[in-house]
Amino acid sequence: MILGCVTGVVVATAKHYKLEGRKLLLVQPIGPEGDARGVPMLAVDGGVDAGEGDRVLVVQEGKCASMVSGRADSPLDAAIVAVVDAVELE
Amino acid sequence: MLLAKVVGTVVATVKDPGLAGQKLLVIQPLTPSGEPNGPQLVALDAVGVGVSERVFYVCGKEASFPFLPDHVPADAGIVGKVDTIDQGRS
Repeated sequence: MILGCVTGVVVATAKHYKLEGRKLLLVQPIGPEGDARGVPMLAVDGGVDAGEGDRVLVVQEGKCASMVSGRADSPLDAAIVAVVDAVELE
Repeated sequence: MLLAKVVGTVVATVKDPGLAGQKLLVIQPLTPSGEPNGPQLVALDAVGVGVSERVFYVCGKEASFPFLPDHVPADAGIVGKVDTIDQGRS
């Protein structure tokens, strides 16, 4: 799993039916200290109701992403599984 | 999932039977601001999109999920067409 910051909401009318009704968010991957890493990606909200500006935990594996989305064999590869309150580093 | 723009189509007469009838599109991965992000690739179309449209795609074995129970050998698939991305701070 990686940390990310929600930077936007994606609206898509035409999409695969297994993605219907799911919230699609634009997520900027970040390091533990909040520094941006790489290119923003799209992730489905797995039910934690994340919003813009939230720091989140993203799972990047299709099986897990389908699991939290509640629909088996959904064509997705990233899902938000937690809203992060704090990251503590040694 | 990542953002991309459809930039072309691929025609292939001789192909794996699993790819029969599938639409092959050339896509250019994009950043949310519309800049090209890495090399172009070929993806299957699971929603019915056309050239110049902004889409999002899934990579890996999940790319073949939209076509189940058919076994389609693909590692990139377009699963949605982007209408808008709301990046305004709420």
